[in-house]
Amino acid sequence: MAQVQTPKPAVARAPSVRRPAAEPTSVGESMTGAQALIRALEHAGATDIFGLPGGAILPAYDPLMDSTKLRHILVRHEQGAGHAAQGYAHATGRPGVCIATSGPGATNLVTPIADANMDSIPLVAITGQVGASFIGTDAFQEADIVGITQPITKHNMLVTNPDDIPRAIAEAFFIATHGRPGPVLVDVAKSAMQSMTTYRWPSRIDLPGFNAGSKPHAKTVNEAARLIATSRRPVLYVGGGVIRSGASAGLRRLTDLSGAPVVTTLMARGALPDSHPQHLGMPGMHGTVAAVAALQEADLVVALGARFDDRVTGKLDSFAPNATIVHADIDPAEIGKNRAVDVPIVGDLKDVFAELVPSLEEEHLKHGKPDLEAWWRKIDDWRETFPLGHAPTEDGLSSPQHVIQRLGELNDPESTIFTAGVGQHQMWASQFIRYERPKTWINSGGLGTMGFSVPAAMGAKVGVPGETVWAIDGDGCFQMTNQELVTCALNDIPIKVAIINNSSLGMVRQWQTLFYNQRYSNTDLNTGHGTVRTPDFVKLAEAMGCVGLRCESDADVDATIKRANEINDQPVVVDFTVSKDAMVWPMVAAGTSNDEIQYAKGIAPQWDREE
Amino acid sequence: MPKHTLSVLVENKPGVLARVAGLFSRRAFNIHSLAVGPTEHPEISRITVVVDVDELPLEQVTKQLNKLVHVLKIVELDRERSVQRELVLIKVRADSRQRSDVLQVVDLFRAHVVDVSTDALVIEAIGTPEKLDALLAALAPHDVREIVQSGTVAVGRGARSITERALDRASA
Repeated sequence: MAQVQTPKPAVARAPSVRRPAAEPTSVGESMTGAQALIRALEHAGATDIFGLPGGAILPAYDPLMDSTKLRHILVRHEQGAGHAAQGYAHATGRPGVCIATSGPGATNLVTPIADANMDSIPLVAITGQVGASFIGTDAFQEADIVGITQPITKHNMLVTNPDDIPRAIAEAFFIATHGRPGPVLVDVAKSAMQSMTTYRWPSRIDLPGFNAGSKPHAKTVNEAARLIATSRRPVLYVGGGVIRSGASAGLRRLTDLSGAPVVTTLMARGALPDSHPQHLGMPGMHGTVAAVAALQEADLVVALGARFDDRVTGKLDSFAPNATIVHADIDPAEIGKNRAVDVPIVGDLKDVFAELVPSLEEEHLKHGKPDLEAWWRKIDDWRETFPLGHAPTEDGLSSPQHVIQRLGELNDPESTIFTAGVGQHQMWASQFIRYERPKTWINSGGLGTMGFSVPAAMGAKVGVPGETVWAIDGDGCFQMTNQELVTCALNDIPIKVAIINNSSLGMVRQWQTLFYNQRYSNTDLNTGHGTVRTPDFVKLAEAMGCVGLRCESDADVDATIKRANEINDQPVVVDFTVSKDAMVWPMVAAGTSNDEIQYAKGIAPQWDREE
Repeated sequence: MPKHTLSVLVENKPGVLARVAGLFSRRAFNIHSLAVGPTEHPEISRITVVVDVDELPLEQVTKQLNKLVHVLKIVELDRERSVQRELVLIKVRADSRQRSDVLQVVDLFRAHVVDVSTDALVIEAIGTPEKLDALLAALAPHDVREIVQSGTVAVGRGARSITERALDRASA
């Protein structure tokens, strides 16, 4: 009998994230299930929730009105509630909460839930369900949301007994925030909300099958330290796990101590300050040449909270072909999933750094620091020869990269959060803005959800109201979820939106340019310069209670950004009309080897493959 | 691809079978057979899954299964150190002239006849998948009308109990 794996049982105290103890009156008090649901949310430490009521969730909205601890923000579409909760969670590190009714309300949460599952965001989604006796009868607004979200949640549950509501909520918050974070959905039958119950918050969470994480093994940590101390071409490959773990300080210590180059993936931008001299930027399909080349040429890749995603590895067989792999992650299932691993470390990155750094210090005492000079000479040569850059546009319109770069330069990285949708603007925002802190770059990485930016910015601003929040968006993305600007305007959530308006679905257009003989099938959006401009984003912004600005030339970019930054009592939307021919470079074409990275169209850097 | 037999101990919760089965299909694994039933502990069910898969993907699917909150424990049972059985019910059309031939096969395989009518028999057989395949092959020349087969159930040889160990951990 081979025991395949032993998950660590989770028996822990119930989470009381921010409020240590509930008022004694709440325990043993008789109330409706709906009241118990609201009380439980308070008990779990929730303070801000995003949602939209409807029939099946109506009972919960009544006691919600009386709650002094929960701020409910009424969105205009449930997808907005979900992404807002994601942005909130990403910016604060606390679980985001969204709430919707049964049927279409619940199915509208599917995209944010899937997104949170891919990007490991702690999210608790509450949905109303039709009354228990109606379940399975195709009742009005019935959808099997537990079944629908099973593959895209960390866990989910249907509650039909009002007595189970507090425990379900306690477990949902516990599961969402322990181990690898993720979304948990609690579907509560209307009949359970309408029945009476005696409120009891569980004194402990008892989930025997739940793996809340384990401490890293000293043996593998020491082996990793030995490899880092003795390799000649190491690279630290940093993923979003470092940010979710709150392990940036540990990463900084390991970086400084090891002297190794660092790459931060799309999900990890900000985990190490971009100003750090050992930081090579982003790896992958649109990564810097230095980051991509360093991984390809490395003799040791230390993956830290990263998952060897196809956008990072390119053709997997040829990724970092000569590297020994150390892989540290809280999720044992990530280790060896895509790339065979030589030294696996399972654990929270914070714990990993806490043990790896002293272990590496010991190795240095024994063997001295490794000589990485030749390695850095090579890397610096790549950095100097192939820096990130962009050519001036040929049509006289603004360059999107310039707009985004100036957004980064004219905002203080110490007090600004940037969110993005998905596409060209997202890649440029990752490339051309310098991030100095974790949790200041919020985007949809794994799922690649267009329309993420505006609601995520709303959630981030609610979570961290003291910071400036800029949503960088595309004209395509913006048309998917801009309705939440109404929510922002009415609820005093003054976010700023920069629409990088190239009048097209830009990234798709870029692929059509490169791989489909410039046949632009269904990518023209008619929102930009010289078109009918439908919709007119400035008028649209104004109609939604925001300030609308337009900027049509490079010369006006700075003044427009400054103007937008001066407006802090209202959301601002800036329509930056830019050239549609700008492309994201460098690029590794999908399915090809990272060795074939192109610096710009037709320019492929050659690195010495002899060594 | 080699067949692997996994015993998956799960909490008795609604939807747990769908979660386990869904995980296999979602990650593109072909379930060869599946059996689920109660155990000696009322809160625990045992799912036996036989799956066609190579070692590396098996490790991945096992790790993914372990992430399901209601999954308590997964054990791979190898053929040599476990007892594995399936049950099959076979309806054969046979009148008085053919009956003795069929009964001979039944005896040879130590199977049982569990229903007799004037023109048909229902045969029950329990055994390893290989034995049942052989039985079906021996009956093939006859007029087999229906076959219904259970999934494999399996238990490790010797005194150790995987359920106990799972429960010990749960209450630790």
